[in-house]
Amino acid sequence: MTGPQTLFDKVWDAHVVADLGGGMNLIHVDRILLHDLSGLRALRMLKDQGHAVRHPELCFAAPDHTVSSDPATGGVGGFHETCVVPLAEMTAAAGIRHYAMGERGFGILHVMGPELGVTLPGATLVCGDSHTCTHGGVGAFAMGIGSSELVHAMVTQTLMQRKPKRLRVTFDGALPDWVSAKDMILHVIGREGAASGDGHAVEYAGQAIRSMSVEGRMTICNLSIEMGAKIGMVAPDDTVFAYLEGRDHAPKGAQWDAAVAHWRGLATDAGAAFDTEVDVDVADVKPQITWGTSPEHVIAVDGRVPDPDAAPDAEHAHALREAQAYAGLAPGEPIEGVGIQWVFIGSCTNSRVEDLRAAARVLDGRKVAEGVRAWAVPGSEQTKADAEAEGLDRVFKDAGFEWRLPGCSLCVGANGENVPAGERCVSTSNRNFVGRQGPGSRTHLASPAMAAAAAVTGRVTDVRKLMDGEA
Amino acid sequence: MEKFTTLTGVAAPLMEANINTDIIIPIKRLVGTDRSTMGAYAFEPWRYRSEGVENPDFVLNQDGYRDATILIAGPNFACGSSREGAVWALDGIGIKAVIAPSFGGIFFNNCFQSGILPIVLAPDVVDDFAARAGPGAAFTIDLEALAITPPNGQPVAFEVEPFRRAALLAGLDDVGMTLKRADEIAAFQDADRVDRPWIYPA
Ligand code: SF4
Repeated sequence: MTGPQTLFDKVWDAHVVADLGGGMNLIHVDRILLHDLSGLRALRMLKDQGHAVRHPELCFAAPDHTVSSDPATGGVGGFHETCVVPLAEMTAAAGIRHYAMGERGFGILHVMGPELGVTLPGATLVCGDSHTCTHGGVGAFAMGIGSSELVHAMVTQTLMQRKPKRLRVTFDGALPDWVSAKDMILHVIGREGAASGDGHAVEYAGQAIRSMSVEGRMTICNLSIEMGAKIGMVAPDDTVFAYLEGRDHAPKGAQWDAAVAHWRGLATDAGAAFDTEVDVDVADVKPQITWGTSPEHVIAVDGRVPDPDAAPDAEHAHALREAQAYAGLAPGEPIEGVGIQWVFIGSCTNSRVEDLRAAARVLDGRKVAEGVRAWAVPGSEQTKADAEAEGLDRVFKDAGFEWRLPGCSLCVGANGENVPAGERCVSTSNRNFVGRQGPGSRTHLASPAMAAAAAVTGRVTDVRKLMDGEA
Repeated sequence: MEKFTTLTGVAAPLMEANINTDIIIPIKRLVGTDRSTMGAYAFEPWRYRSEGVENPDFVLNQDGYRDATILIAGPNFACGSSREGAVWALDGIGIKAVIAPSFGGIFFNNCFQSGILPIVLAPDVVDDFAARAGPGAAFTIDLEALAITPPNGQPVAFEVEPFRRAALLAGLDDVGMTLKRADEIAAFQDADRVDRPWIYPA
C-alpha cells in the first residue's frame, strides 16, 4: 500500500535496483551525457581502471565547454587538441554517439538533450555537470555528478544515492509583462537563499508553470542547483509531449503512445507530502538582477545594493562586504543605471529560441550602446538554425551584437573566452561567482530581455521602462 | 581507496557561507592538470595574491594551519559545479575531513570517492568548533565510534550513512561493490525493458 506520492517519489521508486541499507539505494541510470571536461576525464579514468562502458547506446556526448564560439575559428579554439579531439576519439572507441561542432544536434548538452529527445519524462539522466538539473523541465530526474560517479554510471548503469527530501515551489498568479521564468527563479533564490534547497529534489508546480513553455521550465529547473538542489523537475504534460513528439531520439509510433500514457501518470498525487513548501505569487515578481557574487545576491531592478550592517549576523555581513568590494558597488546604491561593458546572451539557462526572441523584441530597431560588447550565443546548432530561419540573427546583428557559434562560451570561460578584469557583464547565465566569466570579471545575472535592455543603454536598465507601451 | 578510521589533526576554519567550487579549484585548472597536482591550486583565488605569491591573510597560509587535515566551513560548503577537482584539490593539500552545517550535494558525494569524510553538524556546534580551532590544536574524528573530540572539549556525535561508513572503514571502491550486483542490475533491466521499452533503443 502506498499513499499519495510526489512526482519525484514515483520516478525514484521506479529506478531502485537495490536497497543498499542505511538510506542508500542503487538507482538505474537511463541516460548519460558526456562533455569535454568531466566526461573526457571520466572516460580516461574508466580506461585506466580497465573497465568498459556497459551501455554505450544510452550515452551521448558533445564538446560544449571548450569549443570556440568565434565564427572566424569555425569552433576550433585553444583546447581543440587537448579536449575536443580526445572526446571525439574516446567516444568513437567506446561506441558512444558524439555530436561534433557544426553538426546538427550539437549544442550545450543541456540544450541539446531535450532538443534531440534524448531526455525523456520520467527518465533518470546524469552528466558530470551541475546544471544537469535543466533536463527536469521535461519531467526527467536529472542531476549533476562527479567524474568518479560518472565512471560508476558508465560501468554499471547505476548510481549509489540517498533519496533526497522533497521541496515544492508553487508559482501561482499571472506573470507581469517583461517578467520571465528567469526572474521567477532568481526571485526565489534571493528570498530563500543559495542553500535553501540543499539535500532536496525540487518540484516546480502551480498555474504559472502549467502555462509556461518547456523552454521556460528548463530555465527554472536550470537554477535549482543555485539554491542548492541537485534536482529540479516539472510534471510532464501535454506541453511537454507536444515539444518532444517527433524529435530524433524520442520514441515513435506505438511506443510513443505507450510512453505518453505512462508519462501521464507521473504527476504528484493530491495530498502527497513535501518536506518543504514554498509559495510564490508571480504577480509580485519584478525583473531581477544580481549585484554580487552569489545568485542569492539578487534584487529587483528597482532595488538597492543591500547594507551589510542590516545583515542577520557577522558572517553574512562579512560576505556582503566581500561581495560588494568585488562588485565595486556601495551599500544603498541603486542597481539601475550602473554602467556595463559587456552583454552575454547564452548558456544552458537562456540560449533557446524563446530566449533569443525575447531579447530580439527589445533589440529590434535599437543599437548596442557605444563601449558595450554584446554577444549572442545560441545554445545549439538547431537553435541557431531555427533562430536564423526566423530572422533573429539579423535583428541581433543589425543591433550590433556578435552572432556566434553554439557552446558554453562566456558562461564559464573554459574555452578562453573571458570578460576582462574589472569589466561588468550583464549575463543570461546562472553563476556570478568570483572570476566566473574570467579573473576579476563582474557578472550581473538577468533575463534575456533585461540583458538586451542593458546592451542598448550601456547600463543596468529596467526593461519595463525601456519598453513602456510596447508590451 | 585508503581506509578512513580515525583522524587526528589541526582544523582550519573557513566560515564564510556558500564557498563555491570555482574558489576551491578554478575552471582553468581542470584542463591539463593531473589529479595528483591539483593541490597546488586549491583555493587559488584566495591562497595567492598573484601567480605563486601567497596571500598571508588566508588561513591555510598561516603557521600552525599549513598542515591542517580538517576544514571547518560555513553552510553550503562547495556549492556550485560538479567538478571533482574540488575534492582532488583538497586531497592534494592533505585535507581528509570537512565539517560544515551543510554541503553542496554533488561535492558531498564526490568526497566519498576519494575517502574524504564530509560531516554535517548543527550550525552552533560548527561555530563552537571554529572557535576552538587554532594553530596546533588537534581534533580527533573517530569514524568507528562516530564521534569528534575537539581540543579541550567533550566528544560530539555525528552521523554518516551506514553504507558509506562501512565503505570508508574498509577502503572499498564503489564500482567494485556495485559490479558484484551485476545480476540484480540485469534483472532490473529485463523487467524495465518490458515496462519502459522506449528507454532502451533497439
Ligand atoms: S552553459 Fe555554463 S552552466 Fe551551462 S553547462 Fe555550459 S558552462 Fe555549465
